[in-house]
Amino acid sequence: MVRFEAVGLRYPGTGPHRGDWGEEALADVTFALPPGSFTWLLGPSGAGKSSVLRLMHLALRPTRGEVEVLGLRTARAPRAALPPIRRRIGVVFQDFRLLPYLSVFDNVALPLRLAGRPEASLKADVTEMLRWVGLQAKALALPPELSGGEQQRVAIARAVIHRPDLLLADEPTGNLDSRQARRLLALLREMNRLGTTVVVATHDDELVARFPAPSLLLHEGRLHDPDNARGPFAAEDDGLAEA
Amino acid sequence: MPRRSRYSRDPLGLRRALSGWLLPGLVAAMALLAALAVAGAQGAAGLADRWQRGAAAAVTVQLPDAARVEPALAALRAMEEVAEAEAIDAARLDALLRPWLGAAPAIPLPALIELRLRDPRADPVLVGDRLAAVVPGAVVEAHGLWVRRLAALARSLQALAWVVLALVAAVAAAVVAVATRAGLAARRDAIEVLHGLGARDADIAGRFARRLGLLAALGAAGGTAAAVPMLALLADLAAPWVGGEAARGLSALPWPALLAVPPFAFLVGWATAQATVRRWLRQLP
Repeated sequence: MVRFEAVGLRYPGTGPHRGDWGEEALADVTFALPPGSFTWLLGPSGAGKSSVLRLMHLALRPTRGEVEVLGLRTARAPRAALPPIRRRIGVVFQDFRLLPYLSVFDNVALPLRLAGRPEASLKADVTEMLRWVGLQAKALALPPELSGGEQQRVAIARAVIHRPDLLLADEPTGNLDSRQARRLLALLREMNRLGTTVVVATHDDELVARFPAPSLLLHEGRLHDPDNARGPFAAEDDGLAEA
Repeated sequence: MPRRSRYSRDPLGLRRALSGWLLPGLVAAMALLAALAVAGAQGAAGLADRWQRGAAAAVTVQLPDAARVEPALAALRAMEEVAEAEAIDAARLDALLRPWLGAAPAIPLPALIELRLRDPRADPVLVGDRLAAVVPGAVVEAHGLWVRRLAALARSLQALAWVVLALVAAVAAAVVAVATRAGLAARRDAIEVLHGLGARDADIAGRFARRLGLLAALGAAGGTAAAVPMLALLADLAAPWVGGEAARGLSALPWPALLAVPPFAFLVGWATAQATVRRWLRQLP
């Protein structure tokens, strides 16, 4: 499903010469997530959680090693091979990334329209999804008119409307009070129960304690478990204890 | 909420990001120039053709007195490169020369024969030599040289018009490229979101290309429409040069070429936007 193999990642640097590269944001990251798993991605700010997520949803390609997502080895795959894989991945961003000039309905419908679903069959699905996240009354509102929690739910609806095989969430509870955060986690667990592989990056220890699951712990761009070849599932308890 | 649902088919919000009258206005100005160039090219081609076909073939033969007209005509009609030989009526000659010589010319007028050669490129001097052998005193006047010069001028004007047209198309492409970049900058976040959701480059570039092609075509339609009255006026002024049988005013305009300007502008806008957006998208993984 998702496999990292000795992954190294550098961002383009800001040095005087074009082509300079910065420090390694990730180094020697190796793990594999089986289909249908739920995984916490833990670590302090700057540890590389977002970089791992961006590699997973193909917003980046590794500078070293290999990242395999949904069967595609992304390091050297042709550029045209990436969009079909991206359409099978749902992402909930910390800053939501909703399109402010589209209504809630149109924002949620985006993945279906990109997949070429006919308008007639799309309306029922989007309406059902909005009911699921409790926003059917706001279908015609624009995102800036919504509260943070409501925008968060729109982002979730957009991430899962096309029943992705892989669902990623980056600090999804950062803007929510604890009741909304629990509700969100329940939604993510529900998706997982329906068969979606879920990865959630967070530094909210309380949330992790409430929903125990295998975890990957990042520290300064490396997986904390030095013997990470065992994969996160063997190291589950260590990860939780040290988070 | 018609205002909002309208944007459902425009996920990049390009109707707002690429709006205003700057781009259509610039394209309109260039379409005006293009229409003038097209009309100029066609007009110059028409003049060159007509002068070469008509006047270049016309040769005048001067004879010292009227008595030699008949033998000269007989000799000329016998020559195979001569298509037509006609004596110019003395009364008509009088009428032609009256403005210069007055009503009752004191000087003796030569007799004139108008020739039309089968092949305008044939050398009229050879015809003159053979005629002079039969009818002494006959002098052949060819208008070929100045007609050829005029035709060369017309052809240069025509070439220039095509160069202007190419230049206008290139500037239009540059303007569209600048507008595309502005749109990309304004919608960078939206493009990144769509790209992340799995939109192909063709999806995104296609939306920009359709929008910019449409704006360019609208501007071009306006510019061409503005050119029509000017061109009609020019066609009226040019009518005497092109010959009496030519149509005047609106019907004289090169309509197929003018009607092609907006679709051509659409193609330039579409192709430029496609290339610009696709190159920009290469920076995303």
